[in-house]
Amino acid sequence: MCLAIPAKILEIKDNTAVIESLGVKKEVEISLVPDAKKGDYVIVHAGFAIQIVEKEEALATQGYWKEWLDAQED
Amino acid sequence: MHKKIEELKDSIIKNKPQKGINIMEVCGTHTMAISRSGLRQLLPQEINLISGPGCPVCVTASHDIDHIIGIIREYPATLFTFGDMIRVPGTVSSLQDERSRGKDVRVCYSPMDSLEFARKNPEKKVVFVAIGFETTAPLTAVLLRQAAQEDIKNFYIFNTHKLVPPALEILLLDKEIKVDAFLCPGHVSAIIGSKPYDFIANKYRAPCVISGFEPIDILQSLDMIIDQYNTDNPKVEIQYDRVVKPDGNPAAVEAIYEVFEPVDSDWRGVGMLPLTGLGLKSQYSKFNAAKAFPVDIPQPKEPPGCKCGDVLKGILKPFDCKLFAAACTPEKPIGPCMVSSEGSCAAYYKYERKA
Repeated sequence: MCLAIPAKILEIKDNTAVIESLGVKKEVEISLVPDAKKGDYVIVHAGFAIQIVEKEEALATQGYWKEWLDAQED
Repeated sequence: MHKKIEELKDSIIKNKPQKGINIMEVCGTHTMAISRSGLRQLLPQEINLISGPGCPVCVTASHDIDHIIGIIREYPATLFTFGDMIRVPGTVSSLQDERSRGKDVRVCYSPMDSLEFARKNPEKKVVFVAIGFETTAPLTAVLLRQAAQEDIKNFYIFNTHKLVPPALEILLLDKEIKVDAFLCPGHVSAIIGSKPYDFIANKYRAPCVISGFEPIDILQSLDMIIDQYNTDNPKVEIQYDRVVKPDGNPAAVEAIYEVFEPVDSDWRGVGMLPLTGLGLKSQYSKFNAAKAFPVDIPQPKEPPGCKCGDVLKGILKPFDCKLFAAACTPEKPIGPCMVSSEGSCAAYYKYERKA
């Protein structure tokens, strides 16, 4: 329920951003991270960016979450 | 990586308190991470990890579940919910049962899908089932802010949002459970920061460490908790500082308290706990599905033999329930802790069941 996966912001339009996470592009709501800019990394919970994170952190943990999500689909 | 895990494990074994320590992992995602990685078996028996009430589906009160199911049975509404909720058995049926009878129950990934649907279908009454802790409450707040701004008249939420820190205080006061320290949730804390836990360390002298989710994060957090405990220096530390700032996400906290205010909340298996929930403020009460769609709620009865209440409070481990892995399995769950993938029973069933 409280999963939040790191993603990179590719584009921003108003309160919506196109993000890329684990090779998948998606639109998410970004009004909860008013300082987020194109190129920033954020963590995404249920279609909403909830916090800005460092790039290194985002890249380091994406693999872990991918494995996690794959395991859930078993 | 492996070497670091070994080092942390050695440190925990070396420093383990001789009389043992009960550490509650509050968050369901931590429960799953601990179960998946086999950490519970890796640790010495003096380190007793207790799974707490941090699975939102599991702690949703039976009468709320029955009310949600009642709405879709009695009103021509479209109901949006997170996937975990759909299989939870109510007193007479589940949302899944209702969907198979042709009722309009939809699983959403993002709550925004429900508002978007309401916008495009003004003739339909749309209800979003708003469950979850501080991680999810700001999302609902954003929806309601937008619904209010655009004056969307066919959108409602069934609100059961709950708060983590005040619930921890109630667990500390419970005589049946002895919790010495908390492994605090990572993504709830990404929103609220570390300060809301300060009173737990200051008043109750229980160590608190906000932890990430990888095995190495959890081991490091446990090592930090043990150090606080041994030196009698309880405080709130952030192990997951890559994501959690001391102030959390102020924009998200502001969104929560623009729309909600603290109210008493009913936790399944635990009962009514003062000021542990988020109620809609009066200017947002027109979105309250519980008021807009009243139903006669059947007298809730917990399934006979189900120990979810005691499991949620950490009094019993899933193995201690006679139904566990016998009558109650993920394919045919009896209690909510087996339904949600992050419920303690489901996590123990999948990863820790002894053959």
